[in-house]
Amino acid sequence: MKSLVCLKQVPDTETQIKVNPEGTGIVTEGIKHIINPYDEFSVEEALRLKEKFKEGEVVILAIGPDRATESIRTALAMGADRGIHVNDPAVNTADPFAVAQALAAAAKDVQYDVIFCGHRAIDDDFCEVGAMLAEFLGLPQVTLVTKVEVAADKKSAILERDIEGGKETVEVPLPCVVTSQKGLNEPRYASLPGIMKAKKKPIDAKNAAALGVSVEAKLQSKEYSMPPERKAGKKIEGLEPPDAAKQVVQALRNEAKII
Amino acid sequence: MDYLLTDEQKMARDMARKFADSELKPIADRLDREHTHSPEVVKALGEMGVMGVAVPVEYGGGGMDYVSYALIVAEISRACGGTGTLVAAHNSLYCYPMLKFGAEQQKQRYLVPAASGQSVGCYALTEANAGSDPAALRTTARLDGDSWVINGEKKFISNGNIADYVVFAATTDRSKGYKGISQFVCDVRETPGYKVGRVEEKMGINASGTAELIFEDARIPKENILGEPGSGLRQMLATLDSGRISIAAQALGIGRAVLEESLEYAQQREQFGRPISDFQAIQWKLADMATQLDAAELLIWRAALLEDKGLPFEKEAAMAKMFASDVAMHAAIEGVQILGGYGYCRDYPMERHMRDAKITQIYEGTNEIQRLVIARNLLKKRK
Ligand SMILES: Cc1cc2nc3c(=O)[nH]c(=O)nc-3n(C[C@H](O)[C@H](O)[C@H](O)COP(=O)(O)OP(=O)(O)OC[C@H]3O[C@@H](n4cnc5c(N)ncnc54)[C@H](O)[C@@H]3O)c2cc1C
Repeated sequence: MKSLVCLKQVPDTETQIKVNPEGTGIVTEGIKHIINPYDEFSVEEALRLKEKFKEGEVVILAIGPDRATESIRTALAMGADRGIHVNDPAVNTADPFAVAQALAAAAKDVQYDVIFCGHRAIDDDFCEVGAMLAEFLGLPQVTLVTKVEVAADKKSAILERDIEGGKETVEVPLPCVVTSQKGLNEPRYASLPGIMKAKKKPIDAKNAAALGVSVEAKLQSKEYSMPPERKAGKKIEGLEPPDAAKQVVQALRNEAKII
Repeated sequence: MDYLLTDEQKMARDMARKFADSELKPIADRLDREHTHSPEVVKALGEMGVMGVAVPVEYGGGGMDYVSYALIVAEISRACGGTGTLVAAHNSLYCYPMLKFGAEQQKQRYLVPAASGQSVGCYALTEANAGSDPAALRTTARLDGDSWVINGEKKFISNGNIADYVVFAATTDRSKGYKGISQFVCDVRETPGYKVGRVEEKMGINASGTAELIFEDARIPKENILGEPGSGLRQMLATLDSGRISIAAQALGIGRAVLEESLEYAQQREQFGRPISDFQAIQWKLADMATQLDAAELLIWRAALLEDKGLPFEKEAAMAKMFASDVAMHAAIEGVQILGGYGYCRDYPMERHMRDAKITQIYEGTNEIQRLVIARNLLKKRK
């Protein structure tokens, strides 16, 4: 069972995000980075499939600057077999279209039964890459997947996916693109022997030229801004409870406009 | 200080931190109140290789160096001091002597299941009348046919209440003094005459059980002696030297938790119309804590690095243990002070850190004994 796992390095959810003075992005210096949590579900699922079929390969494919190697190594320490690191300034910060193009180009040299993507990356939240990648490769795609059952012949899979208020079960021919949703699994921790082994596993570095892609981004990000600071709450004081309640209702209706 | 570490050391620390933050920190208060360890945590740590960090992979361990080990113990202790004791005692006091002094067969039989986390081990040196002076121990081992017959009582043994395996020291010949001391290993499930006595009620590190071990005509196989007869004291001192680095790391971890929680609290607690972190009195406490903890960390890394390189590290380990534990205790006292009345109450973990920190000044050689070790090393050089 061979899986290709697309993995993005994102700022840690615990870090305080600041917009840079030019407003063109966030300050990345001094902040901690982690594997996009949805991609961690992907890594775990790919490892479980390999373990279940007792054969195969888990390949990690990441786009990003030098530091993205750390995240690839972490996935290798969890048990993945090898990595491909696309590191090209033109692609690293490009829009989802260009990223999906580069991923599709890199995927051409890899054998896989399934490609896993996170259903979203917690930094830019576009939720587009998985779908575009499937389009570029001409593969079926199933989004928001919470359960994966691959048929013994690896020709198809039964997948469970989140829908509003419930689950949908679909059957899909393989190979396909799956986007991972929370609930898919509990990712394992890397192990110490895994960390030492990861050191020796290959990571193939590539740039856009090596992939034969010329990046043509469709979107340009114009400006980043922080959400406005929360205003102080309003206190209704010095009234009898029935009058206070009336004031609250009025405020909810006329000022907050939520009832 | 990250740039002083290798990629693997950083990964090991990050793995431990992630685990500690998400699996251990949320239950630390409960473990403290219920005076219990978490078997689930121990199992998970075993799967990660943390129950045998510096034990080679072929013996079921994690195959890492001592710097990584110190980093991991600090991260675990940052979340839960008691679990820090469990891990440090198991690794440094049980796995270490088995790895260094055990014969191949003994390693296969007694080290592999421990290092891979299936069973917990403990180390029994201390007795009621042999604390700082372990050579005064009274537990005896007498050869009888194919067995050693053991008689005596061990006190204050970390993990004693849950251990399947025990490394212990006993004398085979009282007339020879310390030259009559040897160390042995046994599987308590196969040792008639062995039992766990009282489990202590302690001030802190309550996720770690501290028990009395009783040997009453207990029989263990003749081949369960570690190394040459009479080499017990030498083995003991080597074990404690290495173990001290882990206690230093435990103290550091507790100190780091204190600093983090002090920083958070000081910035959010307002008195006189502003955060208390605006007051210089509080700022100085924070600055002192941070500086002392970094200094302790560097002492720990130095000692661990020397051990990794196979160089002498007795003095450096003693310095790291003494300094880190004093710094952690001092930080905890100041941490409680910064939180004021809230620091004294159980709603915040600060008072637990203060109770947990105290033990690091006492066990694996009190800090008085560490100073003795350091001074002995200094004076030896001048002769
Ligand atoms: C929670 C806990 C866990 C423990 N875990 C283990 C374990 O797993 N295995 C194990 O074998 N032991 C363990 N111990 C025992 C521990 O190592 C001893 O308690 C410690 O070494 C001190 O011995 P003592 O308590 O007998 O104190 P004592 O030796 O009686 O010391 C009392 C005081 O006298 C001072 N003192 C003693 N001698 C000197 C000297 N020469 N110069 C100056 N001052 C001196 C000491 O520093 C101390 O302040 C544990 C203890 C505790 C409390």
